[in-house]
Amino acid sequence: MEHEISELKVENLVVRYDTEDSIVHAVNDVSFEVPKSITMGLVGETGAGKTTTALAIMRLLPDPPAKMISGKIMFNGEDINSYSEVKMDATRGQEISMVFQDPMSSLNPVMTVGDQIAEVIMLHQNKSKKEAALGAEEMLRMVGISSDRANEYPHQFSGGMKQRVMIAIALACNPKILIADEPTTALDVTIQAQVLSVMKDIKKKYDTAMILITHDLGVVADICDTVAIMYAGRIIEFGTIEEIFDDYKHPYTKGLFGSLPNLERRNEKLKPIKGIMPDPSDLPAGCHFHPRCEYASEICKTMVPERIYFSKTHYVECLGYKKGSGVEIKGGDIK
Amino acid sequence: MSEALLQVNNLVKHFKTKSGMLHAVDDISFSIEKHKTLGIVGESGCGKSTTGRCILRLHESTSGEVIFEGKDILKMNKKELKAIRSQMQIIFQDPFSSLNPRKSVSELIGEPMRLHGLYSSNFERDVKVLRLMDIVGLAPRFVNSYPHELDGGRRQRIGIARVLALNPKFIVCDEPVSALDVSIQAQILNLLNELQKERGITYIFITHDLSVVNYFSDEILVMYLGKMMEQAPSEILFSNPLHPYTKALLSAIPIPSIHNRPERILLKGETHSPINPPPGCRFAPRCSYCMDKCRKITPVYKEVEENHFIACHLYE
Repeated sequence: MEHEISELKVENLVVRYDTEDSIVHAVNDVSFEVPKSITMGLVGETGAGKTTTALAIMRLLPDPPAKMISGKIMFNGEDINSYSEVKMDATRGQEISMVFQDPMSSLNPVMTVGDQIAEVIMLHQNKSKKEAALGAEEMLRMVGISSDRANEYPHQFSGGMKQRVMIAIALACNPKILIADEPTTALDVTIQAQVLSVMKDIKKKYDTAMILITHDLGVVADICDTVAIMYAGRIIEFGTIEEIFDDYKHPYTKGLFGSLPNLERRNEKLKPIKGIMPDPSDLPAGCHFHPRCEYASEICKTMVPERIYFSKTHYVECLGYKKGSGVEIKGGDIK
Repeated sequence: MSEALLQVNNLVKHFKTKSGMLHAVDDISFSIEKHKTLGIVGESGCGKSTTGRCILRLHESTSGEVIFEGKDILKMNKKELKAIRSQMQIIFQDPFSSLNPRKSVSELIGEPMRLHGLYSSNFERDVKVLRLMDIVGLAPRFVNSYPHELDGGRRQRIGIARVLALNPKFIVCDEPVSALDVSIQAQILNLLNELQKERGITYIFITHDLSVVNYFSDEILVMYLGKMMEQAPSEILFSNPLHPYTKALLSAIPIPSIHNRPERILLKGETHSPINPPPGCRFAPRCSYCMDKCRKITPVYKEVEENHFIACHLYE
């Protein structure tokens, strides 16, 4: 079983931003694995620490103010933190690639899109200019853009096409891991559907392990195999797509689903989560979600919840499922 | 349609640009009954926001009529317009750029009342501001805060309080929740819903998010490149969409469930430029049912079933 081997393993990642007036606790002890050909959705709201996690994996954290306090990022059996800058440069783009949220500002406006794709190929694969140009044309075709447009500039492309160019750049060297940070958020729905279908094709064709960062559970349902729900810098629930969508356990996950307007039950009142995300420079003690949680009791204010497993793949960090904690989440309550 | 609060007839808005005439809104007509919500949906550049702004005369329309309670807003002089504006308000998309950063919450909410002379003493103003804050769910401790100290959801609540200060009959909500996180989005949608029930407000709800519009609207109007494509009551539009564009749009909604996922209709290509559009149906270049005449003759917008309007040659 090839996909049992994990391409990427993040262990106990802690990242802080030390600013003049405060310490921002962005990522607080995050661990996960992404096996080959698996797409993991990293879901959460603004400030949950999704992008910081991705940047830590890419070793692109802006330091200062960001500091990786602890943790390992295991790739090919090695911790990439032990890589030299030269080796990291070779790894980035070649083995681990990232697609950023905003296609409008991530492309070079004075370079043709073909050259921008070819640049990556030349840099990492030691190919001649001609070979790289051919490679670029092939990548364009793969993301559904006619290869005669290789000589055009980004401003001649629409938003959806620019994002597809970004995906083509990220995949040009056939990386083992692709991190896509909100790749379709800036796009219209019909264009989003096109880009997602390109990403699904790629996953099938190249067995790429992907991390898809998003706040949109609809996109997750469409493309992901496993889901990590992040809140205030922690993964508070993790499971396969079926476990999360059909059998979520954490009160926050429940809140996320309750906040979405349902196409079938349109007259039902939405059930939002009360309050707002806590300030990451001043996180509540105990379970970070307790001030917003409808089930919270005294113990949640002081005790940090540990993982509780429902299956080999499905866990939550919630005291409601710890025996004898006194917090009551009855079986039927959550659903 | 005697109960119509607002009636828009043949509204046109063209912008002159260097490369030609940009047809932002092309011949839009609809009416909204009192206490109802009309959702206007479409993708970037379809003219939905421009339509909303033309109705409030934040843009001067090229031609057409906007009849509000029997009077044409587009023909009003400045004084009449100011008086009617207290009845018609707008909530903007971006709560980060639509509030003056140098004004405190109480000044921001008090400002519309000052402009329209709705209080006679500072004490009365403060009482009204606090009452409005209570209605929109802002804790009194924020009364002297500035926008940068507040999160997006709270800022949007300020925007809503400013609008409610004038007790309007009609509000254009231009993507009011698009900039917000889902859990906050639901809070704001619930608030807007309650306000409508309590005060009988009529809404135009402009959005690109079809699940939000379905949740919120009685009627839905689908626009594409400045043109009306389809209009129907929400249940009908979602259960029986007729226009090929509406069908593709609905099938592209990312559904947060892993069961009964509908077959996606993938559209080819991208939206075309709204500058000097060719004759015929605007959607023709992307339509998989496109016929010869679609590229030559503009389809007529007409009622094909009761209350179900559509502009498409397939239904002629």
